[in-house]
Amino acid sequence: MSGGVLVEGLGRAFGGNRVLDGLDLQIRPGEFVALLGRSGSGKTTLLRTLAGLDPVEEGAVSVPDQVAVVFQESRLLPWKRVRDNVMLGLDGADAGARAEAALGEVGLAHRVDAWPLTLSGGEAQRVGIARALVRAPHLLMLDEPFASLDALTRLRMHALVERLWRKHGCAVLLVTHDVDEALTLGDRAVVLDRGRIRTVLPLEMERPRRHDADFARGRQVLLEALDVGEAV
Amino acid sequence: MLDRVSTPATVIDRPVSRQTAARTAAARTAAIRAPAMRAAGKAAAGARKPSRALPLRRFWSTLLILAVWQAASSAGLVSPQTLASPLRIAQTAFDLIRSGVLPQNLLVSLGRAGSGLAIAIAVGIALALIAGLSRIGEDVVDAPMQMLRTLPALALVPLFILWFGIGETPKIALVALGAMIPVYLNLSKGIRAIDPKLLEMGRTLGLSRMAVIRHIVLPGALPDLLTGLRFSVGISWLMLVVAEQVNASTGIGHMMMDAQDFLRTDIILVGLLVYALLGLLSDLAVRMLERHLLRWRPVAGGAR
Repeated sequence: MSGGVLVEGLGRAFGGNRVLDGLDLQIRPGEFVALLGRSGSGKTTLLRTLAGLDPVEEGAVSVPDQVAVVFQESRLLPWKRVRDNVMLGLDGADAGARAEAALGEVGLAHRVDAWPLTLSGGEAQRVGIARALVRAPHLLMLDEPFASLDALTRLRMHALVERLWRKHGCAVLLVTHDVDEALTLGDRAVVLDRGRIRTVLPLEMERPRRHDADFARGRQVLLEALDVGEAV
Repeated sequence: MLDRVSTPATVIDRPVSRQTAARTAAARTAAIRAPAMRAAGKAAAGARKPSRALPLRRFWSTLLILAVWQAASSAGLVSPQTLASPLRIAQTAFDLIRSGVLPQNLLVSLGRAGSGLAIAIAVGIALALIAGLSRIGEDVVDAPMQMLRTLPALALVPLFILWFGIGETPKIALVALGAMIPVYLNLSKGIRAIDPKLLEMGRTLGLSRMAVIRHIVLPGALPDLLTGLRFSVGISWLMLVVAEQVNASTGIGHMMMDAQDFLRTDIILVGLLVYALLGLLSDLAVRMLERHLLRWRPVAGGAR
């Protein structure tokens, strides 16, 4: 497949514990999929497998050539300035200019020479996004990227990610346990439970998403799939 | 200042139940106090600053000792063959510099320490990389290095003289061996302590193994390497002193041993002074290197 993801019968066990159990998933080129699930449902293992960090032990996985990951912690190298972090692993004489352009896209043109430890949490995460986007990925994976940000910063990041996704047109897999985040950003929400897909909810509401009746219905469906339906 | 800031918080929270308001106010006070305390800490550091510029007070005791020493020597209470007077030492130092004896020997000593240290750093880094980057490497390299560590390097002098004779080789080898150990120990520890998440990130960016070493492993372990280097520099002077006093026809140590034969305590003390200065200056140099290379670290322990 060129731009999409195809996962067939993916299985993974740690000891006797089956983390992924015959998982099937398809992501079309340019599609935004939000992956939900409780802790231990296999979300992270799936993402790590797609990123090539974990081996495929059962089943088959096909991903595009260009894959980029944004982790929950920004994972910037503290000893490299912001620009050099974004440039890491790029070659070509224009690498610096490309890095600066990517940082401009995430609104950090003024921080290119900063040391990572002087950035705020939101800024560091935006550098992480710039570092992913500068590689022009066909698949962008985001592993709970906004979990440790404050609520206002998170809202701003949602708008940023949506804008960048539309501009670059890459497929996105967003791992999250924030139901509202999934409803705000996804073309489709997928709920994972004990290593299998439990619920798939297509989200066809108009963008930018508003908190209307459809949103509330989607919220109910997803919360029930996550076994917290009664709590709300 | 605290009161003024927390008052509006209480006003805003008034419609809420009293308990919540109190809790919120407490939380805000805590939040406000943290930067206030930091500011206080900074102020204290500022107050301490003049003392770092070494006020004269710190020199009083030293000057007193020197004065008593000089007085005792001048009064004939201490024979120059036991301990030369401070003025005599200063005069001798001046003469030794002018005649070129001190600069010449100093150059030889610096050459030995420098080349020994250079070998130590190169070998230490290479071994630490082997031990830090692979399980097999660790098994092969680490055990002998740990054994070597427990061995007092100075005890090797007789063996080194038998092996390498009495030329420059045994002296440089002794410095290299002694100084290599801290480089190896600290760097291999630093490499093993690299955050695996950063290595993983390097993999997702498609970095080659060499690029991972260059961009992630070595810079990440650099603080430990520099700690090791500071120890190494100290040890290299120690090794040099011994090597030059056991057998040498040049160098500061030789100059001192020579002076011993002629009961010239003034020359011996000049030699001691030179060693002290060398130790001080080299430590200062490593610290400056540290400050430059680790400038990415937040100052004053304000790390997140």
